[in-house]
Amino acid sequence: MQKNNFDIKKLANSREVSLATVLLVLCAFISFCNGTFITPKNLNNMFVNYAIYMILALGMMCVLIIGEIDISIGSTIAISGMSAALVLREHQSMPTIVVFMIALAVGAFCGFVIGLVIAKGRVISIIATLGFMNIFRGSTYLLAKNQWVAAYQITDSFKGFAIGKYLTFGLMNNMIFVAGVCYIVFFYFLKYTRTGRKIYAVGSNSEAAQVSGINIDKIRIMVYIIMGMLCGLSGALWVSIYASAQGDMATGIEMDIIAACVIGGVSLNGGRGNVIGVLLGALTIAVLGNGLPLIGVSQFWLDAIKGLIIIVAVILNVVMQRSIDKNNLKRREI
Amino acid sequence: MSEYVLELKGITKIFPGVKALDHVHFQLKPGEIHALMGENGAGKSTFIKVITGVHKAEEGEMYFDGKQVYFKGPKDAQAAGIAAIYQHVTSYPQLSVTENIFMGHEKVQKGRIQWKEMNKEADKLLMRLNADFKATDEMGTLSVAQQQMVEIAKALSMKARIIIMDEPTASLTKRESEELYKIAEKLRDDGASIIFISHRFEDMYRLATKVTVFRDSKYIGTYDVNNITNDDLITAMVGREINDLFPKPVVKIGEEILKVEKLSRTGYFKDVSFAVRKGEILGLTGLVGAGRTEVVQCIFGIEAYDSGVIYMNGKQVNIKKPLDAMKLGIGLLPEDRQLQGLILEWGIGRNITLPIIKELGKYSLTNEKKERAKAKELAERVDTKAVTLFDKASSLSGGNQQKIVVAKLLASDLKVIILDEPTKGVDVGAKAAIYDIMGELAKQGYAIIMISSEMPEILGMSDRIVVMCDGRVTGELKREEATQEGILEKAMAKTQKVAQATE
Repeated sequence: MQKNNFDIKKLANSREVSLATVLLVLCAFISFCNGTFITPKNLNNMFVNYAIYMILALGMMCVLIIGEIDISIGSTIAISGMSAALVLREHQSMPTIVVFMIALAVGAFCGFVIGLVIAKGRVISIIATLGFMNIFRGSTYLLAKNQWVAAYQITDSFKGFAIGKYLTFGLMNNMIFVAGVCYIVFFYFLKYTRTGRKIYAVGSNSEAAQVSGINIDKIRIMVYIIMGMLCGLSGALWVSIYASAQGDMATGIEMDIIAACVIGGVSLNGGRGNVIGVLLGALTIAVLGNGLPLIGVSQFWLDAIKGLIIIVAVILNVVMQRSIDKNNLKRREI
Repeated sequence: MSEYVLELKGITKIFPGVKALDHVHFQLKPGEIHALMGENGAGKSTFIKVITGVHKAEEGEMYFDGKQVYFKGPKDAQAAGIAAIYQHVTSYPQLSVTENIFMGHEKVQKGRIQWKEMNKEADKLLMRLNADFKATDEMGTLSVAQQQMVEIAKALSMKARIIIMDEPTASLTKRESEELYKIAEKLRDDGASIIFISHRFEDMYRLATKVTVFRDSKYIGTYDVNNITNDDLITAMVGREINDLFPKPVVKIGEEILKVEKLSRTGYFKDVSFAVRKGEILGLTGLVGAGRTEVVQCIFGIEAYDSGVIYMNGKQVNIKKPLDAMKLGIGLLPEDRQLQGLILEWGIGRNITLPIIKELGKYSLTNEKKERAKAKELAERVDTKAVTLFDKASSLSGGNQQKIVVAKLLASDLKVIILDEPTKGVDVGAKAAIYDIMGELAKQGYAIIMISSEMPEILGMSDRIVVMCDGRVTGELKREEATQEGILEKAMAKTQKVAQATE
């Protein structure tokens, strides 16, 4: 009995290890086919371009852990990024940090509204966020009067943020640094704070959580605010890195983000997922997105491969859970 | 200081339409292990929930350490030092054992959770319980027995003075139960008081010094375990007179229709054999969790059985899905009407004709007119008080919903009808009507298997009674030889030896 137990445990623990192995093999394969992949310049580009994905995956992980989903993140990114860009267009002297604050505030507000509708209005999260996906996207176009904020309308200092290295005094790109800080903060938050653990409790067994005195609605709303803030941050970074704000920015990004989480071992049923897994999942998406074109795989194949990987990851999760359940049943002798 | 650590007087709890507890008493001394026994539905679980603050009693007083207390919710009871380990473990399966133990009262220093300290303390608690797993293991990978130990560890970590266990041994093996006994004794020696609910005499003789019996929501008595025999207890638990009238018609019983032989499903039931004849009502009884529902679900093809044979009219059949069973003429009226029996959003008529929708229509089209006529005929046969066939199923009372499900069964050409707790949650009038229908069906030559936990119903309606206990058939009684005591004794079997040893 104990030996059996040990094996399952080992399997669950090694999930991150096996994912890391797969990732390394993938990297090795790509760099074998095209040597430019492994160069510092390309790797730096990859991290800069996918920093936003990595940041968003953290928020999505929290949403998935409480057993919900958010497919409106692309629209939240657009509306917060656009709001910041519009303010910047009118007030060219505005400091970069204030622009970020505006985007964060808009994103947090969007998340709060979504959370309120889901927690208090008892709307299923996929429907609620489907609705808000359209509302926020439409509002973005309306706010911008269906126009772009073009590169020349954005200040050099703001555009410079995405390519600068000044936050770390020249050590690494600002984008990578911001993503890194987010990962450290979330790692600590989810593992070492009571609030962080409550997120897991709500997702694992909401009834038990309620009996032990956790305010479930509050946790739900909070998680959506966190997701919204990360969208706001991503919106500002998006405007900075692409040096423009467009109404259709970040359309469809939610699928890549959810994929990153699922690959990283976050359970869509809630209760399971951790920062290291999500980091690996987001890296997988980044390597696929950056590396596969380098070895001549077309964009269409890329999408198909990503889809395939998601399904394989989910099936693996289900198969593992079943074997655990079956083992538990077998232990019940009659 | 009072003599009792916990004392409840005249507790009455009313649920809409039902008195779940009727002026019950209970006294618990410090360092005592007190068993609480009674049939299904006697009010034990409700009583526990009153103590733990989940339910509020309409009447009665509760004293803790001699002082009167009012618990507004589970948190108050926890703070006072009362911990309950429920039958269905309420845990976080994806989280570690440590977290399950400390959820809600984590050790925190400057806002930072002290994992090392918590793991250490959890390991210490587990060591005290002789557990064979680690604090860092994931809860979901543990067996039921191990999860129960975690719940006990949780009670210990909250420094509980009263620990309540609701059927702790129900899903444990003999060896695991023995472990649990040892733990309970250790806790008692450390000064905790334990209340436990159990259907096993063995548990009671092994552990308890006192036993309190509830029957039909009422307090029957408290006895010293040393001075009581199985027979006394059974009499106390079922001592009611049966004066309900059951309209059981005399039916000539025909040939054998359905027979199961050595049916087994790993983890649920083993070597179950019985047969049912034409025009016969076979009562299938046992305590909750004995595996009755699981057996009929396998016969009906909802779940797969691992071994054994099912015969229909003497021929071996292979039932893999409900459709197979229906084609053979087996119909099931599920226990949970709302979940498995009816589509609540649909009208009554459409619900009734759903199983035969294919026969009534042509070329994969439906035939509304025929459907309506058939539905009307069937609805009248079960005498529903619904206004029209278009009324939504959700608008009916429990009893009428049950009738609709029966009507739905009658729609297809059946030989065997399985009824799982057919009168659960319906009022007295509807019950009588359902009994009438059952009698009528038997007369028409259907073979009927009725699962029921209600003793009067089983005795009053069955021609033959099969009793199950812990996944096995422990007895088969003819109508004439069946008594309440006889059935309960079989339902609580496996305890004879221990009982004799204690006597």
